Amino acid sequence: MNILEIRHCRKRFDQNEVLKDISLTVEQGKVVSIIGPSGSGKSTLLRCATLLEKMDGGELIYIGKKAVWEENGRMVSASASDMKDIRGCFGLVFQNFNLFPHYSVMKNITEAPILIQKRERDEVFETAKTLLRKMGLEDRGDAYPYQLSGGQQQRVSIARALALRPKMLFFDEPTSALDPELTGEILKVIRDLAMEHMTMVIVTHEMAFARDVSDHVIFMDEGVIVEEGAPNEIINHPTQQRTIQFLSRFN
Amino acid sequence: MTIQAMILKMSEGLGRTLSIFGLTLLFSLPLGLVVAFLRMSKIKPVRAIAKVYISILRGTPLMLQLLVVAYGPFYLFGMGVSRNKLVPIIIGFSLNYAAYFAEIYRGGIESMSIGQYEAAAVLGYSRMQTFMRIILPQVIKRILPSVTNEVITLVKDTSMAFTLAYQEMFSIGKQIANSTTSFMPFVIAGVFYYIMNMVVAVGMSKIENSMNYYR
Ligand SMILES: Nc1ncnc2c1ncn2[C@@H]1O[C@H](COP(=O)(O)OP(=O)(O)OP(=O)(O)O)[C@@H](O)[C@H]1O
Ligand SMILES: [Mg+2]
Repeated sequence: MNILEIRHCRKRFDQNEVLKDISLTVEQGKVVSIIGPSGSGKSTLLRCATLLEKMDGGELIYIGKKAVWEENGRMVSASASDMKDIRGCFGLVFQNFNLFPHYSVMKNITEAPILIQKRERDEVFETAKTLLRKMGLEDRGDAYPYQLSGGQQQRVSIARALALRPKMLFFDEPTSALDPELTGEILKVIRDLAMEHMTMVIVTHEMAFARDVSDHVIFMDEGVIVEEGAPNEIINHPTQQRTIQFLSRFN
Repeated sequence: MTIQAMILKMSEGLGRTLSIFGLTLLFSLPLGLVVAFLRMSKIKPVRAIAKVYISILRGTPLMLQLLVVAYGPFYLFGMGVSRNKLVPIIIGFSLNYAAYFAEIYRGGIESMSIGQYEAAAVLGYSRMQTFMRIILPQVIKRILPSVTNEVITLVKDTSMAFTLAYQEMFSIGKQIANSTTSFMPFVIAGVFYYIMNMVVAVGMSKIENSMNYYR
């Protein structure tokens, strides 16, 4: 089953064409990594997929349900109630966490499931505690974000996304804002999620990690997918000149 | 006239001074938020009108604005001038302070990182939920020092009500000063204002401290 399908996605900012006909499919339980140089449009692609940015062309489909598509040259969106379901399909983990600073760790995680998904308070708190234990933060539920290290904040933000029980998770450079010694703890959390067959799309500059954790790697440059395939093929045996050039900087 | 008699007489106006103060805050704080939203509207003419509003109310004396509110309807439309002076005073004060609060709110709202909105949007918060639960509480914390400044100014500005011959504490003091040719009422008024502002400062710092649990 396909959780996510992006077909012929186009996006421009004024005259700047940032995404030129990008298509990608993510099957349930698969991990897709997106690599590429700065400014190639990786974040913009995730932002289009998570509805933070409006696509200018193409279609976006979650679990067979169209979220956005083109009709007579204009973009249309699903109805508000369908959109609510669609938003529930995915979670997004930001580079700079974006935790709510005025909420405790526990409230950061539990508010959306209670308020938006209208789930039972007790059940949500149990879920949150389980997630915090999984993240190695079982005793930090009452802490506020400023009291945590970057790595801990990022783990809370992953827990916050998971608490909504999404069908898939997007990560936009989840370790780029962290000190090198803290990236390991986040990569481990993502690895564990991959072991549990969480469907994920990860934008990353950690090539070794992308190779180890992914089922599929996409190399993007200047708004197009230059090369994609099995992780070992793309990262260790790229065939396109631009991919080779990009990867040579990481060795 | 003894000092005690002066204090007693002037205290009679304190209730009115406090009414101006309290009612102005009650109306201008929410009104300021509305003006701030208009000022940040996506619709250009709305934005322009709010900008002109703020510019005029901050750019002309409060005293003049009080006169316009009280006598404007008479000169413009031949309407009767109400004998109740509190209503035009509260209208004038609220409109004026809303302009100042609007700019403070706007500064606070615009200082919020876009990431807070985006995180909330991806979690499924509606725009209203995002503003009320995520943005506003953080904005209030950030703008509290500027709001305190305005509130302290408001305590002193209540004396402007003398423009409409409203018998609040300072107007009474001035009358006593005139009739007794004494400077004492002004000293008493100064002490009253100072005490009120001490209370304001303590109250506001209590509120600030209550939000110190996060950064
Ligand atoms: N809101 C915006 N307005 C205008 N231009 C934008 C906007 N967001 C992104 N861009 C432009 O789109 C292009 C792609 O940006 P994007 O952030 O998607 O790149 P990226 O691949 O994520 O890069 P990085 O690795 O540095 O994060 C860049 O040229 C950027 O300047
Ligand atoms: Mg990016």
